[in-house]
Amino acid sequence: MIDQLFILFVILPVLTAVILFAIGPRSVWQQRASLAVVALLWAFSLYGLVHVLQTGIVVLRMGDWPAPYGIILVADVLSMTMVALTMTIALAVTLFSLPTVDRARQEHFYYPLFFILLMGVNGAFLTGDIFNLFVFFEVLLIASYALMALGSDADQLRETNIYVVLNLIASAVFLLGLAATYRIMGTLNMADLAVKMQAQAENPLLTVLAMVFLFVFGTKAAIFPLYFWLPGPYFPPPAGISAFFGGILTKVGVYAIFRTFTLLFRHDPSFTHELLLALSAATMLFGVLGAISQMDVKRILSYHIISQIGYMILGIGLFTPQALAGALFYIVHHVIVKSALFLISGAVQETTGTTSLKALGGLATRSWFLSALFLVAALSLAGLPPLSGFFSKFIILQAGMHEGRYGYVAIGLLGSFLTLFSMLKIWNGVFWGADRAPTRPAGLRPLLPGVVLLVSLTIGIGLFPSVLYRVVDAAAGQLTDPRVYIEAVLGPQTPGSGILPAERTSQ
Amino acid sequence: MTSLVLSTATRFLLPLMLLFSLFLLLRGHNDPGGGFVGGLVAATGFVLYALAYGVEAAQRVLRVHPRVLIAIGLLCALGSGALACMSGQPFLTGLWSGYEIPVLGKVGTPLVFDVGVYVMVVGVTLLIIFSLAEE
Repeated sequence: MIDQLFILFVILPVLTAVILFAIGPRSVWQQRASLAVVALLWAFSLYGLVHVLQTGIVVLRMGDWPAPYGIILVADVLSMTMVALTMTIALAVTLFSLPTVDRARQEHFYYPLFFILLMGVNGAFLTGDIFNLFVFFEVLLIASYALMALGSDADQLRETNIYVVLNLIASAVFLLGLAATYRIMGTLNMADLAVKMQAQAENPLLTVLAMVFLFVFGTKAAIFPLYFWLPGPYFPPPAGISAFFGGILTKVGVYAIFRTFTLLFRHDPSFTHELLLALSAATMLFGVLGAISQMDVKRILSYHIISQIGYMILGIGLFTPQALAGALFYIVHHVIVKSALFLISGAVQETTGTTSLKALGGLATRSWFLSALFLVAALSLAGLPPLSGFFSKFIILQAGMHEGRYGYVAIGLLGSFLTLFSMLKIWNGVFWGADRAPTRPAGLRPLLPGVVLLVSLTIGIGLFPSVLYRVVDAAAGQLTDPRVYIEAVLGPQTPGSGILPAERTSQ
Repeated sequence: MTSLVLSTATRFLLPLMLLFSLFLLLRGHNDPGGGFVGGLVAATGFVLYALAYGVEAAQRVLRVHPRVLIAIGLLCALGSGALACMSGQPFLTGLWSGYEIPVLGKVGTPLVFDVGVYVMVVGVTLLIIFSLAEE
């Protein structure tokens, strides 16, 4: 019975969107209901994560159709971790949106669109069917186009244009890849695909499919060399939206890479995962180099997303249980801290009217509290102990050392050093020195609850890393042994049906 | 531009089209038809009315804002799926009433789902066309 309630992660957001859409955009209930529903889903997502950890994978069969034929939702530890993370960020973003979203945006359906976005994101994390992954991608993209263009000043429309065109190309390729997969394999259910792909691991077309999907998900996740679109679109929209996009949306692409390259494309790791490693190194390096050259808080933060995607891809490229656990740890840490930093930049923008380093300075004298929040989040992003960033990088880099990949470890360390440098650049430009920033009458205090929530989470993870490590370790365990996932969806498999061994041999 | 022929014909065509759309909706479960097509035909009837008498008149005949129709349609569709959830079965499982109704045959939650689709398609189509016509 409780298992059936997992459908709420998908239908409660859309139900809320419909109701908010119907009651009219001027109602005060837009804000109250949004906050209530997000808080409810947040609590339920944490409960759901614990439930999945204790009782194993939850599989929902829509319309009671059996697995390879019907639509299924699969909640394993990875999916539920991502859903819980999404709802945490959604809560912080909603708390931040209540005082900052202006009337015009609310009247143009800001809150209903946000819930449609949540439905798409949660659905993409939970679906067990690669075609429905496409469908949920489209749902979240359509909502994100609208949220990004809302307000329609010239900057926004230009950037949204690029974003829409690029995503349309990626979606078209995605659809082509799905058609090819269906032609070759005869199924689109991920567990069924995993079984069939392992039965014909010698088929050279598998690598072609892997590359098509890598292109699609790599574009969404902004890995090298497909990241060029990213810094622009996250700059103009309001900070709440930037925080959610920067925190969660690119990670949907990363999640899809995780899912496909641990469950489906494990036939030839010496090519596919080696390629991921090389891409991760380039992503880490070029993203952070882009960040140091920028002179605006939000643009620096956007470029950092790219470099940090690199660390996650590094984990999947190494493809050992510890590296996967580290990469998941990194995702959790990154999403929390990155969203916190975007919200802080939004608070700076609300109270001063700008995010340009050249126009700002000396905010530490105005609010020591905001400065402290920024400093904690920034140092965590750079990976200083005892904050969450330290442990996440430590686990991945240690896994790299075990595998003897010293070059990649060195690039990772260089990347965090340069991250620290650019965070200090923001610190010097925005918070340090004489107070010369412009002032706006907006109050700072109502903006802070969401930021405080996220910053205390990064401190909490830093102080008790073993709690989170247990979760990501369980998730990595399920990822390295796809039999668990397959049997949860399709029922017990005949032994010796050609499932590959869990670990990749180190070279 | 008003045309006597068009406006006179529309008076008879609108109810006919609505009736035909209901026919399509109800036979759609096993035969060609269904909520989507039915909704389009119904919306076409109102569009015809808007062409003959103007958008405002069409909105008056519709009585509710198309936005409300979208919401009602989605709620119907969601509700038909959630009913199964409440009785402990997976979301969207079809629940059927035991006895047959004359003409319609067996009815169950799939019909409610189709009605939801019908209402929503009417709402979406009219919202788009009314907005474009008002420009």
